[in-house]
Amino acid sequence: MPESGLTWTVYDADKMTQREIYGAVLADLGDKHPEIVGLSADLAKSTKIGTFGDKFPDRFFNFGIAEQNMFAVAAGLAKAGLTPFVSTFSAFASMRACEFVRTDVCYQNLNVKIIATHGGTSFGSGGATHHATEDLSIVRAFPNMKLVVPADAIETAHAVIACMRTPGPVYVRIGRGFEPRVYEKTEYDFEIGRAVEMKPGRDITVIATGVTVFHAVQAAKILEADDKLSVRVINMHTIKPIDRDAIMKALTETRRIITVEDHNYIGGLGAAVAEVIAESGKGCAFQRVGIPDCFISHGYPEDLMNLYGIDTDGIVAKVRDVMGREFETDEDWEDEV
Amino acid sequence: MALTSQERTDLKRIGREIRETIVDVTGWSGGAHIGGSLSMTEIVTILYWKYLRIDPKNPKWEDRDRFVLSKGHGGVGHGVVLCKRGFFDFKHLEEYNHTDSMLGMHLDSKKVPGVEVSTGSMGHGLGEAVGLALGARVLKKDWRVYCVIGDGESNEGSIWEAAMAAAHYKLSHLIGFLDRNRMMIDGPTEEVMSLEPVADKWKAFGWNTRVVDGHDLDALADAIEAAQAHTGSPTMIVCNTVKGKGVKFMEDDPAWHYGGLNSELVQKAKASIAEM
Ligand SMILES: Cc1ncc(C[n+]2csc(CCOP(=O)(O)OP(=O)(O)O)c2C)c(N)n1
Repeated sequence: MPESGLTWTVYDADKMTQREIYGAVLADLGDKHPEIVGLSADLAKSTKIGTFGDKFPDRFFNFGIAEQNMFAVAAGLAKAGLTPFVSTFSAFASMRACEFVRTDVCYQNLNVKIIATHGGTSFGSGGATHHATEDLSIVRAFPNMKLVVPADAIETAHAVIACMRTPGPVYVRIGRGFEPRVYEKTEYDFEIGRAVEMKPGRDITVIATGVTVFHAVQAAKILEADDKLSVRVINMHTIKPIDRDAIMKALTETRRIITVEDHNYIGGLGAAVAEVIAESGKGCAFQRVGIPDCFISHGYPEDLMNLYGIDTDGIVAKVRDVMGREFETDEDWEDEV
Repeated sequence: MALTSQERTDLKRIGREIRETIVDVTGWSGGAHIGGSLSMTEIVTILYWKYLRIDPKNPKWEDRDRFVLSKGHGGVGHGVVLCKRGFFDFKHLEEYNHTDSMLGMHLDSKKVPGVEVSTGSMGHGLGEAVGLALGARVLKKDWRVYCVIGDGESNEGSIWEAAMAAAHYKLSHLIGFLDRNRMMIDGPTEEVMSLEPVADKWKAFGWNTRVVDGHDLDALADAIEAAQAHTGSPTMIVCNTVKGKGVKFMEDDPAWHYGGLNSELVQKAKASIAEM
């Protein structure tokens, strides 16, 4: 068995959604960790935490459609010494139960792991009531919370396992089933708080998270072939704590950075990266790509990502735009500080 | 008898047509919340064809009654009703769920004529209905507010917060319908999170409460007219229904909360409805 303890491979993951592999990995973890309990709010089937529930019926609780109470109970279970995994849609974990997550879970720094599904635009036809394009910014503002957005199924598996090594609250945001594979190998260096370089590059860096990592890699390939650009792609799977080193390295080495996220461009990945850059005192051509601060329409998730420019096409266009901008690329930082 | 025999025959026929169209839309849209749309068909049919004071050609008419589908995932059922009642063209049903179309899974008040509030997140609609009812009082209007809630939805604390407020403010012009189909997503309500004795709960919260067979048009008519005549408190009509009603292979099966239908299943479903 590999060091991570993961029994699933990228080949299994090819046939599974992020939700499915989450349920399967949690059910595996349940053997080793009798302290794990599962909670859902009439979404055991939809979020796949039900896979754990079927295996450990005595350690699984369905609260009906009552998310606020579910998070209060999770806090109580954590206080009792257990490790609750709580699953509902991202919109309801971050917004319906918001204060319960903030005050009961985060303020008391409790060991509650939130696996929130159907993040970003992935609910598609569900419309505004079910889209979660604000959750990253909401949850990022909670002290003690760690915020992870896995890029594909195998990364979801690593993130769920990493939850058990990470004390305190963690929010893992996954999709609905529209997550293409980005990793070639099952094992790589996954650590909460450390970004993964998907592709080296010198001219510009695309920092992406979640499902947009796939699109960033695709875009980089197109730009390399058509525009002869050397595009670095960073998978910032952890938005909090953010990997400052990876950002500063990209800043000094490529001097142009784009962030991409399936989320409002306010408050999430783009904001976290911008904060690091601004506070460094170094200049850099910079562009956030995300949902442009609006309630999005409903439709197929792929269409929506295209419509709002957060897919491969959108990233290619934005990179060209940023490459065309006036920006000082000399080595002399002094005049820019 | 609140219904004439002509009305009864007409409403039955309309209900059957609505069910058939719900099946069609579920087929061509790739999937819809069909189970809970079929369970509430009689409730919305009798409201839209007999009791709601509305003008489909003037959906924003100031004095209209307000209808709120608190269980907003019944969007496909509500959409079919609004279309058949003349609020918009049939082509919108054909484009149901399409990207940027008018009708999505949950009906959007910003897009769809006749939809008062954007629901879909459980436990919001009843509170908004309380606001619409209080609004009528402040503005000295005589519109009534009708609101359909789900039984799974009734797990939400906010439903009971709204229940308290409506009773506190004696909103007798607010008439609620509990679509008591006994199913939610993860299974039967009494297994997932027990709700019984649910009629007693509404009584205890100060609501004028009545239990009816939610597929019996005459019983619904009697209950609605009694509610309209009632003063001093809001009314909750607990409607015992069957999830997936009319399509035998869907009835009482939580797997049909949301689903898609290929053309073979569409035909099978319609044959079942024809026998109703
Ligand atoms: C706040 C919230 N949590 C979860 C959901 C997901 N969800 C949609 S429908 C549904 C079940 C609804 O059950 P019920 O109210 O009984 O409706 P019906 O059986 O009549 O379709 C759930 C959990 C939601 N829409 N809103």
